[in-house]
Amino acid sequence: MTETDVKIVAKRPLGFTDRTTHYCPGCTHGVAHRLIAEVLEEMGELNNTIGVAPVGCAVFAYNYFNFDFVEAAHGRAPAMATGIKRTLPTKTLFTYQGDGDLASMGMGEIVAAASRGEHITVIFINNTNYGMTGGQMAPTTLPGQKTSSCPHGRDVETQGYPIRTAELLATLDGAAFVARRSLHDARSIRMAKRAIRTAFEVQKQGLGFSMVELLSICPTNWGMNAIDSRQWLVDRMLPYYPVGDYKISTAVSEMKIGGN
Amino acid sequence: MALELIKGNIAIAEAALRAGLVSYFGYPITPQTELLEHLSVRMPELGRGFVQAESELGAINMVYGAACTGLRTMTSSSSPGISLMQEGLSYISGTELPAVIVDVVRGGPGLGNIAPSQADYTQLVHGGGHGEYHLIVLAPASVQEAVDLTGLAFDLAEKYRMVVCLLLDGSLGQMMEPVELPEFKPLRTTPPAYAVGSPDSKGQVVLTSINIDPPTQERFNVKMMTRWQEVEKNEVRYKGYYLEDAEYVVIGYGTAGRIALSAVREAREQGLKIGLLRPISLSPFPAKAVDELADKVKGFLVVEMSNGQMLEDIISITARRIPVEFYGRMGGMVPYPDEIANAIERLVQGEHIVNTDARGKWLADMRELVGTGE
Repeated sequence: MTETDVKIVAKRPLGFTDRTTHYCPGCTHGVAHRLIAEVLEEMGELNNTIGVAPVGCAVFAYNYFNFDFVEAAHGRAPAMATGIKRTLPTKTLFTYQGDGDLASMGMGEIVAAASRGEHITVIFINNTNYGMTGGQMAPTTLPGQKTSSCPHGRDVETQGYPIRTAELLATLDGAAFVARRSLHDARSIRMAKRAIRTAFEVQKQGLGFSMVELLSICPTNWGMNAIDSRQWLVDRMLPYYPVGDYKISTAVSEMKIGGN
Repeated sequence: MALELIKGNIAIAEAALRAGLVSYFGYPITPQTELLEHLSVRMPELGRGFVQAESELGAINMVYGAACTGLRTMTSSSSPGISLMQEGLSYISGTELPAVIVDVVRGGPGLGNIAPSQADYTQLVHGGGHGEYHLIVLAPASVQEAVDLTGLAFDLAEKYRMVVCLLLDGSLGQMMEPVELPEFKPLRTTPPAYAVGSPDSKGQVVLTSINIDPPTQERFNVKMMTRWQEVEKNEVRYKGYYLEDAEYVVIGYGTAGRIALSAVREAREQGLKIGLLRPISLSPFPAKAVDELADKVKGFLVVEMSNGQMLEDIISITARRIPVEFYGRMGGMVPYPDEIANAIERLVQGEHIVNTDARGKWLADMRELVGTGE
């Protein structure tokens, strides 16, 4: 018999439990979870991390990650993360928030945390609707987009315009790293992972507030299959929410990231 | 140790530091602000956590996060700010976490004013946030007592993993009195096993107030209620004055109780057998002491700087066995000892009608005294 070299090309991240997620088929929450787990594993931070779960579809995120977690009130995750970080400054803190949670209910908390340069990392899932409550209009819902609370399409005359969160937070001096990525294809997902790594490195190196906005799909509430949803993201979301680095502070631009 | 002349708000801040406060989160609001200001200097000086939050909502949720570490954390505010904090108080209670809050009460409702009041009794003693939970509520009547109760508040919060509230009116926050501050306690900075970030926990720690399965939520509520029974058994605090031979008893807490004491002393000088019961723990309430007194005395006079929020508890305990009269000032007004002395006199000389509408009688008098502004 000849010996064959065995190379592991994919494995379950060490930061995951063995539970199956409750997320809908095609949903990108699972992808986002995996990227976070992989990055924390590569950084050796799994045992030093405390996550803050939101109110929304990811309310049970702590069932899938195996490190310490707390569960915030709707929108208050950045405040809760601040409270933990200021009490245990050596811990790595991240919040995982959706668009209703972060950009509507919690806009005060996120802007304040970013402006303070709070040493936390925010993973922001933008799927243009309130997922858990059944697909209502969110601050991120696109003009004309139909949701269960704007069934005729978002009318900007009466319901206003979507919020571009990454661009908004990038104006704050305390924000060290703010980026938007997308989860619609493999290349985008690899880029998203690099941004998430950078965001956590910013925190670890004490450079300030970091946030990665992730454009995500919601096939169930959008009423499409996963493939059509990905195409809708490309056609409709990317033009309104371009991916890119919206804030890289001088210190972050000079930051060195260890190999993995 | 020497006595120092210190303002109430600052004395509480200093007492909290000495009790081992690891992190503080607050927002400016009169008449509490000196507490925040003092800690803005002292906490960083001692290498401890301090954030002036973006709002009271932010502050209480920072406290929620900090409480998840099981370490000593606190916020302070005044009535309108406490209203905003009710969300967090429900969540912290629903997650069984220790935290201390200070409410330096001012006149209301709404924006009201910045004068002393006791009108937050109901929102703190009988809830205020959603769902079913209890806070331990402690009401000092002097700056020294505020200092002593601050240390106790942290101990009780940890012992029962509950929110403990120090409830005082604006005058106590603002007045200067000689106090003896306690020694510094050793600072605990390692989270206990139940908390996040603890080296002693076995496996993942998840702290949440969610119980999506109703039977699980009900079991949890039974557990919380059972713990509250323990608190009711162990943590009732009050002070009695001249109760031995009292024929009538005045009941008042905090500043109202303290002013009532002056009136009671005056009545004693006139030979009237009047006593005073001053509840210190408003929650758990000294119900047994009130109940036993109701069997012994001819009547009660309840005195508050509110519209009779505690009065309702007294009537519920006495179950209308004896006459209960009421005297209160509202909206930031503080009673003079004379006013309470007059009320005592009316109680002693009046007809003792058990089923009298104490609040209605008082309100009719108030319409005469201060008018309705119409």
